[in-house]
Amino acid sequence: MEKHVVVIYPHPDDESFGAAGTVAKFRSEGVPVTYLCGTLGEMGRNMGNPTFANRETLPEIRKQELMDACNILDMELEMLGYRDKTIEFEDRRQVAHHIKTYLDKINPSLVITHYPGFAVHPDHNAYGAAAIEAVSLIEPENRPTVWAQAFSNDTLEKLGTPDIKNDIEKYFDKKIKAILAHASQAIGVISQYRNADNIQSDLNELAKQNLGIERFYVWKY
Amino acid sequence: MKPIEIDKVQDKLEHFKNKQIYIHLETTNGAYASHFNQDKYNVGAYIRNAKASYHQAKIVGDGKSFRVGLKMEIGWIYAEGLTDWEMLDSKLLMAGHDREGRLMVSLQISETPFSY
Repeated sequence: MEKHVVVIYPHPDDESFGAAGTVAKFRSEGVPVTYLCGTLGEMGRNMGNPTFANRETLPEIRKQELMDACNILDMELEMLGYRDKTIEFEDRRQVAHHIKTYLDKINPSLVITHYPGFAVHPDHNAYGAAAIEAVSLIEPENRPTVWAQAFSNDTLEKLGTPDIKNDIEKYFDKKIKAILAHASQAIGVISQYRNADNIQSDLNELAKQNLGIERFYVWKY
Repeated sequence: MKPIEIDKVQDKLEHFKNKQIYIHLETTNGAYASHFNQDKYNVGAYIRNAKASYHQAKIVGDGKSFRVGLKMEIGWIYAEGLTDWEMLDSKLLMAGHDREGRLMVSLQISETPFSY
């Protein structure tokens, strides 16, 4: 059994779309989970539909949504205070050391983050790289396992089959509840799947196809 | 925000004329454009808290979508596709949203810096 799981993603809602089922499973086993959320998604373009946020009110709205989602998932939350879209321009070593201060306190057995280069959004790739570097700074005998999440279109071709495939059907309702806590973002993000598939199918079915299994690669140091 | 009322926005643009102002100017089509459709490109730019001053300003449009041009001593600030506006804490916020409420462009003017 895991001792403590740390989720390291840059945006409010990454945790709900990417790993809510996995988090819920760990919590149901009594494993503590902490989310190190990098930014407040200040530069997101989804403003709710119909819009209820604007560029200036979005950070506080997303902060509240993030806290609500973490309550639903029953995980601890730490906000690291970077600015959306800018993580790749920060000094990676510095970000890694910043993340490591949390890892040193928590001493996790498992870290979940994005797979650098295969996670589409520049913040995902940069924050994932910093997280992986943070773990590399820990002595090998104390290093937690790292699960890296990849979903760029070339993932299967370049990385092969994921090592971890969590079928989260049992926790799917909780995942949807966590996603919907991000009211300013949820519909806009989910509707992208529909547009991409160019079909008018049931949102719930689409969500299950896209969100029902959480896949990760075990990072090799 | 609410749909742009051209006269009211013009009034506000006049209000900031010849003052030292801070600009937030942004355009984006999201970080996932080419992920969901390989024929699309990810394009975006933003500048936050650029100090500027303009002596002439105009909003022009067809009733739904608007352009704003701010004439400075040695240049211009320009935004196209603006649809909505709001005054927030004495800051003039203008933005253009797509059918699904996603922000595509924004131009914001303030006498005090935007939070950063």
